[in-house]
Amino acid sequence: MPAEIYLNVAVSGLLTGLVYGLMAVGLSVIFGVVRVVNFAHGEMMTVAMYLAIVLFNGFGLDPLAMVVPLAAVLFALGYAMQAGIINPFITRPEHSQFILLVAVALVIVNVLLIAFGPDARNVQTSYSFDSFLVGPLIIDATKVYAGAATVVITAALFAFFRFAPLGKAIRACADNYTGALVVGLNVRHLYALTFGLGAACVGAAGSVLVLLVDVTPALGPALTLLAFIIVITGGLGSMPGAVLGGVLIGLTEATAGLFFTPSAKSMFSFGLLVLVLLFRPQGLLGKRLS
Amino acid sequence: MIGRLFDGVPRRGLVLLAGLLVVLLAAPWIANDYLLTVLIIVLYFAYTGQAWNVMMGFAGQLSLGHAIYVGLGGYAAAALYVHFGIAPWLGLAAAIAIAMTCGAIIGFLAFRFGVGGVYFAILTIAFAEFARIGFDHFTWVGASSGFFLPVANYTRNDLWNLRGNPTMFYYLMLALTIAAFALCHILLKSRVGYYWQAIREDEVAARSLGIDTFRYKMYAVVLSAGMTAVAGVFFAFYYNNLFPEQVFHISRSIELILGPIIGGIGTLFGPLIGAFLLTGLSEAMQELLTALGFDAPGAKQVFYGLCLLAVVMALPGGVWPWLAAKLGVNGRRS
Repeated sequence: MPAEIYLNVAVSGLLTGLVYGLMAVGLSVIFGVVRVVNFAHGEMMTVAMYLAIVLFNGFGLDPLAMVVPLAAVLFALGYAMQAGIINPFITRPEHSQFILLVAVALVIVNVLLIAFGPDARNVQTSYSFDSFLVGPLIIDATKVYAGAATVVITAALFAFFRFAPLGKAIRACADNYTGALVVGLNVRHLYALTFGLGAACVGAAGSVLVLLVDVTPALGPALTLLAFIIVITGGLGSMPGAVLGGVLIGLTEATAGLFFTPSAKSMFSFGLLVLVLLFRPQGLLGKRLS
Repeated sequence: MIGRLFDGVPRRGLVLLAGLLVVLLAAPWIANDYLLTVLIIVLYFAYTGQAWNVMMGFAGQLSLGHAIYVGLGGYAAAALYVHFGIAPWLGLAAAIAIAMTCGAIIGFLAFRFGVGGVYFAILTIAFAEFARIGFDHFTWVGASSGFFLPVANYTRNDLWNLRGNPTMFYYLMLALTIAAFALCHILLKSRVGYYWQAIREDEVAARSLGIDTFRYKMYAVVLSAGMTAVAGVFFAFYYNNLFPEQVFHISRSIELILGPIIGGIGTLFGPLIGAFLLTGLSEAMQELLTALGFDAPGAKQVFYGLCLLAVVMALPGGVWPWLAAKLGVNGRRS
């Protein structure tokens, strides 16, 4: 095979990986602050994807233009979830939170199944078959837009946590729960905001991902697993780690699909995860485990 | 030994237990075919739930990938039977050995490198998914198109080759459940059981008391894996088919652990109560929705999920501790 093929596959994997990364940033933000592992993460992503499809088919709204509105919708959903049902569980043991979110995931998957049926859905935009020629490379236009949107959103989120007073307050909650309470922060509200922000990442990532993959209700659990792999690889609770993990997993899956059968590609992601867990359990960019 | 089994159990509890046992023993004569099938599923989940409980409920190690042991056990015994004609009772030994080895590998890797909590749980998912995709490409046992056993001859029961009618499988599963129950009861009151509970409550404190936490966590994982593999062998010979997408799927791992969590984690009766409640709930939902003429695919799971939410929000410790207090049988905590 000529070298261009490898390069093409690698670039394509990298761009898809960026979208995965944005989804994983959401999971990482939620875990980093609220200390709850969102087992319904991929399922929430499919909600966003179906919303994008409905908006596109019903009103002709381009999924890329819907990134911000859908992020807002998912933000509201996430805020309500945290304020309504997850907040009482933050002091309960992990398995209890796990069951709660698994139940939420079960409801989401099956409501989608009732509403949309089991068939795969996708969107066909006017630029679906466009591509850019960069030297020897042929890059799908959709993937470039998707990757670019992801980079912009992730940068905005970084800036928010770094500079905005609200972002700083949320980081304070993550660093020291009791300390945050002492200085008078409304921790429950901030937790709900954080979960909302994590869900907003998913909303944005979902409306972008809908351009790249077909969606079925069963995609939700698969995306949840993918988000776990990425976040653990990059470091649970670390935002740059989530992006790095997303890119790594995107590259791994793309190249594994090229060298081996595509159906076995996620085996390599799991292999990578196992290696990371064994030799660097805190993840590539994670802080040391206490 | 038998006497020791009933130490510290209140009299009222013994009576209730005996009553339950009589009902379960008599069930094949009372129940119709449908109900018997449901009861087999209940016992299957009670047994696997108990096996999982050893690891999580007793020793505090959260496994979300127990389907791997069911799958390995089932595939090992089924492959030996189909390819070499080795009877399942001999295949069982191989199945247990393979699952225990797998459990030991996961446990060794995780505990040696200090992987715990959420990270350990996700490591177990990773191994199960790895196995799922691996078996999807493992042509010796049918890969993704499934592995089939010759269909059972229902007219004659052949206990040695596990070919027979549902009643035989029912009693087999009942015997397994009772055995697992007795084993866990003894374990909980043994030195190992107390070490496990100490590790569950506070691992650092347990280690500072001189407990070799690595070794006892390994015991819990390996025992739990072996017990689960037995259920896998049963599963393979009862259903006569194995598909990697179903057997190793994460939803199977979740299904398996819902019972003990809903029933009451770390309790002896939790897995049993949970299995009865969840399977009963699931079947009742089906009946109800069919009767209402609303049987869209997924409707059952939506209601199931909502009920799960309600239970986990209302009874954080599970149903059994609450029920035991109501029945007045919660003598010593066990």
